[in-house]
Amino acid sequence: MKVVAKRPESLMDKPTHYCPGCTHGITHRLVAEVMDEMGIREKTVGVAPVGCAVLAYEYFDCDFQQAAHGRAPAVATGIKRVLPDNFVFTYQGDGDLASIGTAEIVHAAMRGENITTIFINNAIYGMTGGQMAPTTMIGQKTTTSPYGRDSKSAGNPIRVVEMLSTLEGSAYLARVGLFNNKEIKKAKKAIRKAFETQKEGKGFSLVELLSTCPTNWGMNPNEALDWVKSNMVPYYPLGEYRTPEGGDNK
Amino acid sequence: MTDKILMKGNEAIAEAAIKAGCRFFFGYPITPQNELPAYMARRLPMEDGVFLQAESEVAAINMVYGAAGAGARVMTSSSSPGISLKQEGISYMAGSELPGVIVNIIRGGPGLGGIQPAQSDYLQATKGGGHGDYRLLVLAPQSVQEAVDLTTEAFELADKYRNPVMILGDGMIGQMMEPVEFGEEISPEDLPKKEWATVGNKDRKPNIINSLSLQAEKLEELNIRLQKKYEKMKEEEVRVETYKTEDADYAIVAFGSMARIALSAIERAREEGVKIGLIRPISLFPYPDQVVGKVAEQVKFMLTVEMSCGQMVEDVRLAANGRCPVYFYGRSGGVVPTSQEIYEKIMELVRGEKE
Ligand SMILES: Cc1ncc(C[n+]2csc(CCOP(=O)(O)OP(=O)(O)O)c2C)c(N)n1
Ligand code: SF4
Ligand SMILES: [Mg+2]
Repeated sequence: MKVVAKRPESLMDKPTHYCPGCTHGITHRLVAEVMDEMGIREKTVGVAPVGCAVLAYEYFDCDFQQAAHGRAPAVATGIKRVLPDNFVFTYQGDGDLASIGTAEIVHAAMRGENITTIFINNAIYGMTGGQMAPTTMIGQKTTTSPYGRDSKSAGNPIRVVEMLSTLEGSAYLARVGLFNNKEIKKAKKAIRKAFETQKEGKGFSLVELLSTCPTNWGMNPNEALDWVKSNMVPYYPLGEYRTPEGGDNK
Repeated sequence: MTDKILMKGNEAIAEAAIKAGCRFFFGYPITPQNELPAYMARRLPMEDGVFLQAESEVAAINMVYGAAGAGARVMTSSSSPGISLKQEGISYMAGSELPGVIVNIIRGGPGLGGIQPAQSDYLQATKGGGHGDYRLLVLAPQSVQEAVDLTTEAFELADKYRNPVMILGDGMIGQMMEPVEFGEEISPEDLPKKEWATVGNKDRKPNIINSLSLQAEKLEELNIRLQKKYEKMKEEEVRVETYKTEDADYAIVAFGSMARIALSAIERAREEGVKIGLIRPISLFPYPDQVVGKVAEQVKFMLTVEMSCGQMVEDVRLAANGRCPVYFYGRSGGVVPTSQEIYEKIMELVRGEKE
């Protein structure tokens, strides 16, 4: 029998705590596959966020540090400066990265810190039960925007990749969506490119993944994937915003 | 190297850190400690080290967390408002059992306060500061030489206990110039390997640096382990100096530069026939309560002198435990009690006690 979907070596053989249909699991697998293919597992140090992925260190088979809420890029900076020949990546949600940790991510990118950030934009605070995130869509209902996000009071959603693309230190920036197989393949390519950017010492790399939170969106997994495609993609355009070669590819 | 060189406290602490094998420094500018990062920015590149000016004290302490977790000797320095911002990271370091040295050159508070010397962060430093049940080892130098020696020790203690250590100075220690002598230089390569550090998991299970425990019983286990560590510190790491307490009828308790100023008041009172001595806690955590308690049995009163509205005095009272009255004299906001003021306070209390 041909094995079609083998567990990547960089992932532990254990079930995750993620809700059914949540894209955190897919993203873990994509990162692990890239680590396998590049043969860098033993040289990689991950940094886990505060958010649903706080337990990422339980699932990856590599050294890990757990960081305070939003501080993963600073922690990763400390690690990378001590271990410049290792691969260092952060795995962060949108509350973690785009709200409480805005300063840390902007300055890591500004310094061209040679690390990779995997950024999970699910337009909500998953772990704490579905509060409004800075990335929450206009009109989207959450426990703290019960009438829908109103731009007059809560502003408009942050486009992280666009914001970071103004910084010279950002070597590779891409936004991908996890709503169908074709896009998932593209997502993996982007993650690979981000790690390659780090390998070549080109500077800061980040991949934003438009993700789902079926539980707090109050949808089934398929509805959630459709919602990413029809509501998030138009506001958060997919593509490469910065590449080490220069120029974008949107 | 045994030659004495004239150095500012802030710079001497930085050089002592480098000599202790520290090659990583993360900080953010704030007066009155700016000479320390500036010195590091100049010196560390010469030692193939890294100086990084972070975007904030919050980021700086988290860089310290990452570097410590990767196995390096690492330092950050700041002054009171910046140290407040570092509390989150310090609590995480204590919870994740990471070594690291944090220098607080205290200035007057609260709020933005001023830039003059103070000791008003005593409670923050010794009682936790951040959230959770944790303690730092806190060392308080009274001279530039002692700042150097304690910095060296701080790195040893941090590694020994896998716990953050704080050097608690004040603007006077930081700015003062004195001749200093440095000890043996340690090369980072000669330091023992940290088997728990995250450096890549070749041929072993992953190393995880973490303070999260979602199970209450597991988290309690961590707390029990931490408490054991703090008990061991209390047994093994108390540092204290006494001066003329053998025959003393009275005693002053003071730390850091305050102790130096108190000393001349003590000499003057002795000239007047008042038998008074000094207890100078050097480790503020663990606190020398045995020594304070013992002297409390013998003297008629104790006078705690601080550059604050009265913080360490709470520990003196706990240690004296009713065995003698404990009085307090202090100035705050950056105003430093003079030896004249302390002398007058001593004489007033002695008179009152005789009446
Ligand atoms: C300093 C601090 N503030 C708040 C929290 C509570 N908290 C835990 S997770 C979280 C939000 C995480 O949301 P996000 O980063 O979007 O990750 P997700 O769960 O959606 O993947 C918050 C606010 C915390 N742990 N620490
Ligand atoms: S709460 Fe949302 S983000 Fe968190 S695991 Fe469940 S579906 Fe995923
Ligand atoms: Mg989220």
